[in-house]
Amino acid sequence: MSDATKPGDAPSLPTFTLDGHDVPFTPDQTILQAAMAAGHYIPHLCFHPEFKPHGSCKVCTVKVDGRTMASCTTQARAGAEIESSSDEVRDLRRNLVQFLFTEGNHFCPSCEQSGDCKLQAVAYELGMTSSHFTQMFPDRPVDASHPDVLLDFNRCILCELCVRASAEVDGKDVFALSGRGIKKHLIVNAESGRLADTRLAVEDKAMSVCPVGVILRKRRGFRVPIGQRTYDARPISEVAVDQYRRATRGDE
Amino acid sequence: MSGDVSAVLAKHQHDPTRLVQILRDLMAAQRHLTPQDLTAIAKGLALPRGRVEGVAGFYSFFATEPRGAYRVLFSDSITDRMAGSVELRQRLLDAFHLRLGEVSRDGLLSVDVTSCTGLCDQGPAMLVNGVAIPRLTHARIGAISALIRASSPMEWWPENLFSIHSHIERRDQVLSTPFERGEAVRAAIRRGPDGTLEELQRSGLRGRGGAGFSTATKWTACRGAEGRARFLVCNADEGEPGTFKDRVLLADHLELVLDGMTVAGHTVGAKKGFLYLRGEYPFLVQPILAALEERRHERWLGSEIAGVPGFDFDIELHVGAGAYVCGEESALIESLEGKRGIPRNRPPYPVTHGYLGQPTVVNNVETLAKCALIASHGAEFFKLRGTAKSTGTKLLSVSGDVARPGIYEYGFGVPVSQVLADAGAERTQAVQVGGPSGTLLSRSELGRRIAFEDVPSAGALIVFDESRSILDVVESFAAFFAHESCGFCTPCRVGTTLAAQMMGRLCHGRGTRRDVKDLARVARQMRATSHCGLGSSAGNPVLHALEKFRPSFDKALASHEVVPSFDLDEALAPAREVTGREDEGAHLTEEAT
Repeated sequence: MSDATKPGDAPSLPTFTLDGHDVPFTPDQTILQAAMAAGHYIPHLCFHPEFKPHGSCKVCTVKVDGRTMASCTTQARAGAEIESSSDEVRDLRRNLVQFLFTEGNHFCPSCEQSGDCKLQAVAYELGMTSSHFTQMFPDRPVDASHPDVLLDFNRCILCELCVRASAEVDGKDVFALSGRGIKKHLIVNAESGRLADTRLAVEDKAMSVCPVGVILRKRRGFRVPIGQRTYDARPISEVAVDQYRRATRGDE
Repeated sequence: MSGDVSAVLAKHQHDPTRLVQILRDLMAAQRHLTPQDLTAIAKGLALPRGRVEGVAGFYSFFATEPRGAYRVLFSDSITDRMAGSVELRQRLLDAFHLRLGEVSRDGLLSVDVTSCTGLCDQGPAMLVNGVAIPRLTHARIGAISALIRASSPMEWWPENLFSIHSHIERRDQVLSTPFERGEAVRAAIRRGPDGTLEELQRSGLRGRGGAGFSTATKWTACRGAEGRARFLVCNADEGEPGTFKDRVLLADHLELVLDGMTVAGHTVGAKKGFLYLRGEYPFLVQPILAALEERRHERWLGSEIAGVPGFDFDIELHVGAGAYVCGEESALIESLEGKRGIPRNRPPYPVTHGYLGQPTVVNNVETLAKCALIASHGAEFFKLRGTAKSTGTKLLSVSGDVARPGIYEYGFGVPVSQVLADAGAERTQAVQVGGPSGTLLSRSELGRRIAFEDVPSAGALIVFDESRSILDVVESFAAFFAHESCGFCTPCRVGTTLAAQMMGRLCHGRGTRRDVKDLARVARQMRATSHCGLGSSAGNPVLHALEKFRPSFDKALASHEVVPSFDLDEALAPAREVTGREDEGAHLTEEAT
């Protein structure tokens, strides 16, 4: 954490209020970043502390002075009154998570990522009990061509974190998006369309950023038993804040 | 590398910002893009292959799988449907024993649908290999079938098949004031950039693309923004179903628009302008290119325009490839840069960070035509028409159930009822103003006025008489948004599809009370949380119809009890197809279900 955000200096920073709590912020922070740094969790999926805010999943929606905005891409503003945990805002977020469950094929009980999955954890956090809308059951074949990695597109929520990580950190551009609208889908950078023909390696950053269970290491399945996984022990509201602080401490 | 690819890449100087144009040219040459083509293009442009594939997969007019030697796309706007396009489409399909989306076995023909092609005043319309054919009738479909069957090259097809009419039904300032090439540019030079901005400010001109932002404010912001270069973009990507005014302006009043662009370039200090023309208007490409060439020749474009040192400005034509979302200014800029048309996060806005990150003004065609008029004749002349808050005139595209569809120019503030009377509308049930993203007016609201302070609009009026089903209208609009959503944000990507599915069920008698309730929920979700204007207005047709035509929804419910949301017998169709069975036992009868 930078000197400017040490608790003792906090009063000198401008603040906004989040559900009535004062939250200090630095000029470069968006609402979500300032809230997370101050220990207030706002649910999110496409946001990752190490990457530029993307603003596509909209799960971090809040009301800023009465107007709904994505908190990850909205610059913090002194004196703004932000509503994050009202029933209305939570309903909007829950609808979005239900949309994501509806458009993909998410079968938590049989999913290797269960317990480590941010989509599942956010759904619990928002009290989602069903996907509500008529399931779309898209046909999305898996890609098991790579010797060390399995791609299960059924679970993709199109957050583009792997696209961004591969381009910005790994410098490989292994992933990209094609199609439009509901037909938008993740593709890999190969004429054959197969992961085996890309330069993806298990050490790549792109391997570790998927919030759901699309990019999986082979021969690792169920090594950690269900019941002992990340969100089995603690809710995502705590885990995410810790992760955010750990990730941002380094580069400030 | 195939010869086509290397030739096209060379033509575009291996410039990655030309990617959409490169793919267009390649489509024209070989009808579809192979995986090898995409690899070769990526190499030639030094782009990741996935990026090229992503662009190829984004725009409707690009195909990455084989299509027919004749690729027919029927315009599937509500006005096309009202004029009988579904039946005509079926006739063509039957003639070749084809199903929608299929390629005939001999590779000759494929038939599919596309969003509104902007020929709503002369529908039903289609595109054959990208070339527009309006006013389809059974006779025309018969003739086209015969030409296709004979593999007749399209250059040999009768020319009258392709003639597009302008249908200007009412003229006011823009459409009736005589205008000479360069007139507005000369006036702008005389006034100087500050003088032009002042005149524009006094005119009160607001953007004619729908949002109504002050043009003078936009130009001033761009002019004052820091950057290596400034750019001017004319947005001619009008894709809103029911809108065709820009098509007519570019066809009949092109000089006014090009003068307006040059005035804008002079005023904001841009050396380069782009005209982004929607891909559905290929018939405008040659006339525009010819006019640009003439202007260069006469020194109205190029360096030292009209002999003024330092006044350098040129215009490049960019043609779209079937994506309504590119009408949104930041998506349009992405497309100009050769990318998928995804609206950007804002701020920053294009006036400070636009094309290639530089200050950019994006103006609608009609706005620029008005800038030329204001430059030539002054703000006072302009303000003779309109209201205090909405100065000047508006071009309205009128289609649907009217005797005289076409372009009508009025001063702002005209009541909808007067437009209807002039266009010869009878027994009107509802009017969609501003296209699907606009406002659905019921009969009791026809006294309302077209103005930013009452019913704002980019100028489309689609009229529905009492014989029309409002649910069919809403279903068509919902399907349009689902087809055109870019897919970037969750609410619009999923919400538009859910809304289209629920409307489809309602129209087929399989809707439930829960669907009606969920439609409102999905529409409000899109309005509240979408990334751009497409998503936030995609729920408007549903919400307006629920508010004003609720009985239509209730009547569509087969029963107030639970109804299965799908047809059980239809669900067995794939099983029948694999087993080759069509006997009685392979079908579910009502009693059995």
